[in-house]
Amino acid sequence: MSFVNTLINGHEGGLKLGSMTPMQKISLRFVVLGVLFYGLAAVEGMMMRVVEITPVAAIDDAHFFSIMTVHPMVGVFGSTYMIVFGAFLFLVPFFMKKPIFSLALANASWLLIGGGTFIMWLAGFLFAYAPLYTLYWPLPADFAQFNIVGGLFYVVGVALIMVGTFLYSYNVFKTIMYTPKGWDTQPSMELFKDAIGFKAIGNFFKGKKTEHIVDLPVAAISRGTIDVGLNAVVITAAGVLLLIYMFGALFGFGLEKTWVDALLYKNIFWWGLDLIADGLVLIFVAGTWYILAMMITGKDLFMKHIARAALFVEMVVSWTVWSHHLMSDQGQSNLLKVLSGEMVTALELVTQGLAVYVTLVTLYKARPLKMTNELKFLLGGLLGFMLAVPAGIIQADLGMNRVLHNTQWIIGSHVHVAILVGLTMTLYSAIYLLLPILTNGAKLYSQKLATAHFWLHLVGGIGMGSFMGMAGIDGMLRRAVYVDGEYNTYMVLAGICGGMLILAFALFLFNVVMTFGIKGLIGIYSPAESDTSDCVPAPQEA
Amino acid sequence: MADSIDVLATLKLVYGLYAFIAISLIGWFGYRITKPKDHDAGAKPAIFWTYVAVLAVVGTGLHFLTYNAVPWVSIDLNRASIEADTVFDITYEDHQMTFSSFPMRVGCGEHVVFNATSNDLTYGFGIFRADHTMVAQMQVVPQSRNDLMWKFDRNGTYYIRSTEYSGPKGARMVAKDALVVSGCDQDDVRAVARRGQS
Repeated sequence: MSFVNTLINGHEGGLKLGSMTPMQKISLRFVVLGVLFYGLAAVEGMMMRVVEITPVAAIDDAHFFSIMTVHPMVGVFGSTYMIVFGAFLFLVPFFMKKPIFSLALANASWLLIGGGTFIMWLAGFLFAYAPLYTLYWPLPADFAQFNIVGGLFYVVGVALIMVGTFLYSYNVFKTIMYTPKGWDTQPSMELFKDAIGFKAIGNFFKGKKTEHIVDLPVAAISRGTIDVGLNAVVITAAGVLLLIYMFGALFGFGLEKTWVDALLYKNIFWWGLDLIADGLVLIFVAGTWYILAMMITGKDLFMKHIARAALFVEMVVSWTVWSHHLMSDQGQSNLLKVLSGEMVTALELVTQGLAVYVTLVTLYKARPLKMTNELKFLLGGLLGFMLAVPAGIIQADLGMNRVLHNTQWIIGSHVHVAILVGLTMTLYSAIYLLLPILTNGAKLYSQKLATAHFWLHLVGGIGMGSFMGMAGIDGMLRRAVYVDGEYNTYMVLAGICGGMLILAFALFLFNVVMTFGIKGLIGIYSPAESDTSDCVPAPQEA
Repeated sequence: MADSIDVLATLKLVYGLYAFIAISLIGWFGYRITKPKDHDAGAKPAIFWTYVAVLAVVGTGLHFLTYNAVPWVSIDLNRASIEADTVFDITYEDHQMTFSSFPMRVGCGEHVVFNATSNDLTYGFGIFRADHTMVAQMQVVPQSRNDLMWKFDRNGTYYIRSTEYSGPKGARMVAKDALVVSGCDQDDVRAVARRGQS
């Protein structure tokens, strides 16, 4: 088959669009859009890497910080949320063995999150709106520096993302609890309680365990989804506050910025943001590791009752650790800094370490295993969190925070290693694993490209995070511009590793395009021919 | 007395060693799980609970260690009961820093308080050596108390930089040679050599 033919029609016939269910198509719509947004975030990241090496005339300070504002938002909402939600909207009905509650809501979710991310991105691209994702009060309402219209784009974009997120959360819980047409009445509240984790906590203390009615993967998804919903409430509230000040400025009302207490706002906002960083990321990731380990080995999870209970603990821990972001705020009480910032945060080492252990032992007990793409990316994901979580625990310390806060250590060794290596490699593992299930057996175009993708991403991700982290140890701030080459050696090395990440993504994207074919990729966004509400096509009778 | 250079050099060494062990472990594990099973090891509950206990001890133990080994932690936590020898006021407004005295001159071993006030946005207060390594920093939040007590035991000249983003206009908020420490037996060599200072 010629290159052009494969490019258009896909490898070995590409996607069999005619046989795909609506649910398969919806999941792929989420994932493909999420992968494209990842590419956008990667390009933005690389632009910032270049500026950190040498000033670029075309990127002034306003442009640089508008990139820094949208980069994490595109990465988290446009890419991670999309890929995770797409996978989970497929997996919840798949594991519950019943149809999704609403295909229409699922479609609305990807449209709203994708569209919202694009509008939010325009706020930075067109209007250089740059208060960063932290939105420290009163910076987002500082219209002497920022354009109000840019702010409106930003708030509207984020609002759409949040509406899409609420719809996703509602759809997940309704799918768990509802009774499909023609079924016996489902025990909705019992299903809800088991999904949230009340039964798991009870079982932890009982000698004789009560049987669960919700599978462990669905329980993990549910607990992360609780944090997703709570986070959306906080971000929406911040958006409403910003809208009030924006309209006030537009219509000439004199709204005093001091009406909002900056430190209280920072506490509430970080409480919400931490539900992403320390809540849904850690819970979703642990849950995804369990799903992957079980699907790769075909075996039950090791110490599954402990793992279930730990997921509940992780959810509660994630509600109480926000103060580790305010350890350099002298107005914050010492009690909160020590209890919430240091001690409760330290529990994340236990809960995440436990998830690593359970996953590794589950894999180890099933050996010999073939080193498939999903397995090697899963190991990469585990390694990412093994590196990033201790780096986070170190900075959540009163002594270390005084010299690490807001440095490149935070964003390099902790955040980028967690997101790029830990989270993204886990997501890649899920993508490689789900590829044949979501496509009814489409064959990957090139295994060599997949292997190159793995090594370039792993080495590039760890390398970039490490060199950024070393620059941070030497005093380089995360939200400042350096123009005299103060940290040039580290930045050049981080830039080379960033280049490896971009190359890894390009190879992956090329491999996906050649696997599906351009016709297949476009066809995902056309209505499904089959009108079944099943996840996958019913088996053909012999 | 340990300073930030000692603490951060230890971090670089310890974390580097840990990273090497973690990478090696996953590398070994990846190789091992492709090989046939010889015995069913590594899954005993005693091992699991020991591992959990080690994580808990390491996670919380770090804070007890730094409380005793890092001098500024106890100063921070006992700040209310320590009387300041000198207080400097720093005011932030319109992306400018204004100092109550410039340069701020500090005697060796004094408990000095940097009292920062912001009249508009959230900023940061960071003390840096000439080679750009950080001595200490705090957030400067409007309508909030932002005072950092510190004790210097080496001579040096330091610059102050805002460590928090306050919009593109605040990307380069630097006050050169803003802090001078004298009267100590030892020099902070990284703060005395002024090459490359921005």
